[in-house]
Amino acid sequence: MRFLLDAEQRAFADSLDAMLTAADTPKAIREWSRGEHTSGRALWSRLADAGVFALAVPEAYEGLGPRPVELALAFVELGRHAVPGPLVETVTAAALVREPGPAKRLLPALACGESMATVAYEGSYALDGDLADVRLSLAPDGLRLAPGHEATRPSLDPARRLARLRPGGELLAVRPPVREALLWARLATAAQALGVGLALLERTVAYVGQRTQFGAPVGSFQAVKHRLADARIALEFARPLVLGAAVTMTPADVAAAKVSACEAAYATARTALQLHGAIGYTAEYDLSLWLTKARALRTAWGTPDECRADALGA
Amino acid sequence: MDLAVTQAEDAFRAEARAWLAAHVPPEPLPSLETAEGFAAHRAWEAELAADRWSAVNWPTEYGGRDCGLIRWLVFEEEYWAADAPGRVNQNGISLLAPTLLDHGTPEQCARVLPPMAAGETVWAQAWSEPEAGSDLASLRSRAVRAAGGWRLSGQKTWSSRAAFADRAFGLFRTDPDAPKAHQGLSYLMFDLRAPGVTVRPIGRLDGKPAFAELFLDEVFVPDEDLIGEPGAGWRIAMSTAANERGLTLRSPGRFLAAADRLRTLWQERGSPPQTRSRVADAVIGARAYQLFTYAAASRFLAGERLGPESSLNKVFWSELDIALHETALDLLGEEGERADTDWAERYVFSLAGPIYAGTNEIQRDIVAERLLGLPKGRR
Repeated sequence: MRFLLDAEQRAFADSLDAMLTAADTPKAIREWSRGEHTSGRALWSRLADAGVFALAVPEAYEGLGPRPVELALAFVELGRHAVPGPLVETVTAAALVREPGPAKRLLPALACGESMATVAYEGSYALDGDLADVRLSLAPDGLRLAPGHEATRPSLDPARRLARLRPGGELLAVRPPVREALLWARLATAAQALGVGLALLERTVAYVGQRTQFGAPVGSFQAVKHRLADARIALEFARPLVLGAAVTMTPADVAAAKVSACEAAYATARTALQLHGAIGYTAEYDLSLWLTKARALRTAWGTPDECRADALGA
Repeated sequence: MDLAVTQAEDAFRAEARAWLAAHVPPEPLPSLETAEGFAAHRAWEAELAADRWSAVNWPTEYGGRDCGLIRWLVFEEEYWAADAPGRVNQNGISLLAPTLLDHGTPEQCARVLPPMAAGETVWAQAWSEPEAGSDLASLRSRAVRAAGGWRLSGQKTWSSRAAFADRAFGLFRTDPDAPKAHQGLSYLMFDLRAPGVTVRPIGRLDGKPAFAELFLDEVFVPDEDLIGEPGAGWRIAMSTAANERGLTLRSPGRFLAAADRLRTLWQERGSPPQTRSRVADAVIGARAYQLFTYAAASRFLAGERLGPESSLNKVFWSELDIALHETALDLLGEEGERADTDWAERYVFSLAGPIYAGTNEIQRDIVAERLLGLPKGRR
């Protein structure tokens, strides 16, 4: 047993972090929220070049996968930088399309970043359903290529755009591997949430170190310290669950990772908001980009209750 | 990155499991916080030691199996899954022994460790004092130079297991003129039955004498029972404290087994949906703790030193332990009020978790200042 990242895995995460740090993601996120996708598309294409979307695509279809550990590492970084778009859904689509015909037609474009996919149960909201090039619908009779989408609804996270998929469309598979694809969806969401929580903690630690009240940095007060210590503890114990789930890919481990990373991120968001005070409650301050995402990811691909039930195997 | 154990580790697991299946008493032993239970647990330690299962990670020359950290974790998982008795000599095995192996002489190890492994000498911890709890460095008990050794005087309190134990270890002030409080402290072992020692058992919440006050009046300790150099006590004690909060005091095996018992209890009660979240959180928490420990062990084996992250650990397991046992008592309903059950005993023990081994408030300060880099400030 060696439950430790190797040098190559660490270098992969570090290089994504460096690339995204240089990319001014807050600007891209705000544009994406307004429906302007140029900068987001450009970012997407660079992530694809780094191999992110190929990790769930089998080698037979021009991918690098399946590599769930690397995928989890990548999604932690995507969350830390709040990258917008149907990231989880594109990965989930890659795990869902397994019939050789459709796979050969759709997967290479997903792997190389030429196309974005969204996936939803028929009648549910699909993330970026208005924008995705491939819209997959999990219908009662199988996996379908949706013919279009309904009106777009705003999400609590302005960077997430919701639209129901229209019923019908081409039938791609009668028995798609839904359970397996759900594992990828939840793993990626959990990792993304962990990254969101880490970013919220990091930004809040920096803020309370600078902000002074009563003649001292706010971060020197024990009440503030203890809230941040609790956030760190929750995130540090979610991290091995996320990586452990990527190693085992069992439903219980993945569900445990999802609930624990999302709860930790959400609790950290509450702490971050409180410790920033009113400035944290504004849309103009960048913190909001992560605050709202923590809330949205909590129920994406399984509510806390559903994931807890799956973690118990009950 | 992998979680698979080697074939050798698997064989070790099978060997431990078979031994435990053949030896764990079918009925739980009486509480180790009673005279009768203490004796029964001492006998159990002897039985473990006879087949070298009492301290598997120690060097073989002292009664261990020299089996390494991963196998120790494996053993602990098997031990607690088998519902084997609590370890009466835990203070000795998980706190004093690592200290001796790191800082003691070979003579001290050879003299102290084998009878510890066999349960012949049960050890109590003598750290806290009435005016020195979280602020441990303010302790006042002193050790004064005497011919061939030291004379200890003062008062210790909250000494776990001291009501029935044989010997104790702790810090004493040997240089009252040292410029800082944590300098001038020395680490000494002493006999709880030596002339000048008075032990006053203290009942914990459930009345059982799980700890005691120690009154020391010119108690003689020979030079051979000083660990390390005089004045080096604080540094040595801090390495013990890191052990205590970190890897070895609370193995994941304990919490995995407890969470498993909780899940079974929940199922036996008809899987009530209103408690499902709390049961799931206990199961998830135990798994998180297991994987966190695997990650820490992997880093340790790769040559990294583990530092203030043991403070994360301590807060996490102590709160998990309480939540888990509270959920069990709630599930038990009116039976949960009974004091004479294993669940109740374990619940009462869990309540002390956020207090001992450095309060959780102190641990949160350490996390905030040393891991997050927040400024020191008013408490």
